[in-house]
Amino acid sequence: MIYVFDGSLEGLLTAVFEWFERKPGQVTLSLEKIYQPDAFTESLAIQNDRAKADRVWLGLQKKLSKEWMRKFYCAYLSEIPEIFNSLFLFTIYIFQNPAGAEKNYGNEHVLTLSKAARSVEREKHRMEAFIRFQHTTEGIYYCGIDPDFNVLPLILNHFKNRYADQKWIIYDLKRHYGLFYDLNIVEEITMDINTQALKQPAPHQLNEKEELYAHLWKDYFKSTNIVSRKNTKLHIRHVPKRYWKYLTEKQIG
Amino acid sequence: MSERLREKLSILADAAKYDVSCSSSGSDRKNTNKGVGNGHHSGICHTYTEDGRCVSLLKILLTNHCIFDCAYCVSRKSNDIQRAAFTVDEVVELTMNFYRRNFIEGLFLSSGIFKNADYTMERLLRVVKKLRLEQNYNGYIHLKTIPGASDELIHEAGLYADRMSINLEMPTETGLKLLAPDKSHKDVIKPLGFVQNQIVQFKEEKKLIKSVPKFVPAGQSTQMVVGATPETDKEIMYTADAFYKNFALRRVYYSGYIPISNDTRMPVLGTQPPLLRENRLYQTDWLMRFYGFKVQEILNDANPHLDIDIDPKLSWALRNLQHFPVDINTAPYRMILRIPGIGVTSAQKIVQARQFGKLHIYQLKNIGVAYSRAKHFIKCADTPFQMKDFQATQIKAFILAESQSKYLKTATNQLILFK
Repeated sequence: MIYVFDGSLEGLLTAVFEWFERKPGQVTLSLEKIYQPDAFTESLAIQNDRAKADRVWLGLQKKLSKEWMRKFYCAYLSEIPEIFNSLFLFTIYIFQNPAGAEKNYGNEHVLTLSKAARSVEREKHRMEAFIRFQHTTEGIYYCGIDPDFNVLPLILNHFKNRYADQKWIIYDLKRHYGLFYDLNIVEEITMDINTQALKQPAPHQLNEKEELYAHLWKDYFKSTNIVSRKNTKLHIRHVPKRYWKYLTEKQIG
Repeated sequence: MSERLREKLSILADAAKYDVSCSSSGSDRKNTNKGVGNGHHSGICHTYTEDGRCVSLLKILLTNHCIFDCAYCVSRKSNDIQRAAFTVDEVVELTMNFYRRNFIEGLFLSSGIFKNADYTMERLLRVVKKLRLEQNYNGYIHLKTIPGASDELIHEAGLYADRMSINLEMPTETGLKLLAPDKSHKDVIKPLGFVQNQIVQFKEEKKLIKSVPKFVPAGQSTQMVVGATPETDKEIMYTADAFYKNFALRRVYYSGYIPISNDTRMPVLGTQPPLLRENRLYQTDWLMRFYGFKVQEILNDANPHLDIDIDPKLSWALRNLQHFPVDINTAPYRMILRIPGIGVTSAQKIVQARQFGKLHIYQLKNIGVAYSRAKHFIKCADTPFQMKDFQATQIKAFILAESQSKYLKTATNQLILFK
């Protein structure tokens, strides 16, 4: 039996509800987008249902600690196609066992989930580290990103708490939405500008001091290096090349 | 104007880079006044230098003018280098503008000693106060304690800084006397002790009165230069251990000496910095802080030096085979921590997971245990029965054959005598 859902958290949780209602035995959860029907397996299209999803979410909250609820959510944000099935089976496993079952690292779903959550947390942390704001003429600090996972919801609070006295926008170029802080609240926004402009604002859109501080930062990066200890392998392990596009200090010129 | 600023930054960042600490962790300072910045409990490394070290703070000297002539230091009086000094405002501007662009986690401010200790400390204090009081800045500040500065100034600095540090420089008094006759470990111990006392006092008061301000919330650290003078690893780590115990230090840093002078008392220019040795010292430091090892177990009169070819944990295990094999499914947590190939996270997972049934080899591998290393020291549910008892030397040979040191290329610990 295959359950097919739309990729939303609501759909995922509804699927769990439907499973307990029907108890159809072994089921795999598949994404609508990639699902290929075949002749031998039955399938069921999940109809999202807010009330059912909420019941599952509340039930999960009763069985799992805050820390594990976060792991669950992070794993969901990874958007890895196979993770949805793991989350589905993990949830069933948690409901079918006495409290504390999530500590069983010998269980494959527990392990898959905590590994995915770890990757997402790492990406979240990297965005907190590698985002480089540019001060625009409109007085907004701007940065466009394209993270491996959908981490904007996870970094929102960090940036809101830290940069409370400056307006900022962080825009996810891959997922076409962003966060805008207007000195009071953070709003989700979408912008209809071409991708190139979202990636890097044109020079005339930037504050006159921007170039100076980019230079100063590059100078600083250069002077703080100790040439006789050069270790490129270690450097790349810490700052994988796919992140270099974010980093002011890695831009040439 | 901006050209001069760029030049100053290059000179004063270059002079500050030999201080290895770049930690921005341990402070939970909140952004309560709707200003800018806050602490992050585990710190954030915003970039890494090409030598692989984390850059989380803007690490600069206020000035590299110095009245001292310590042989191991680039800024020593007799060294023929460019000198520069920032104004208080320049440091504040740089910090704020870097911070607002998310380049840095905060400021690490140190300085050469100009005129005298109090004069220098007072300048440092002015920078920090301006950031906190005028700019509403709540980001991380690591401030150098200037040896010999008055208690009042150090106390005031502690009210604004997140971490303070003061460097031991050489692991032993004799080493220090050799290279910096004007200095003594006593100059370091006094302010370290003073700040530590204050930290304890503030914490006590905080229990009674909620509004007590923060005082150096991220604690103190220190640094030792390794390989400039002929100390043994045992001497270095015993000193570190004593300082951890006596002053509740958060960190001791070990900095492999990078030859910067023709002084005949030290390794000549061009000698490779002892990177592997430095790494082994850090491993030992970790074993002491997170793995429940006593320094005497790892280094003692019979073993005054750490092994170069294997890490200190493996080396301890091979010397103490009577404790092994450890049964993964029954042994206490502290013994599991001592198994080579198992780290803190894996050990915690093992202890949690085994409540649900006996663990097998494939599960250990999935959990993240370095099984090819650990297998010589453990028993689990499906460990194959083995008749033969291997000797320590044999086990070491097996492990070395399977692993490849990341330092092979740089393991030239011999001094270069002729150039």
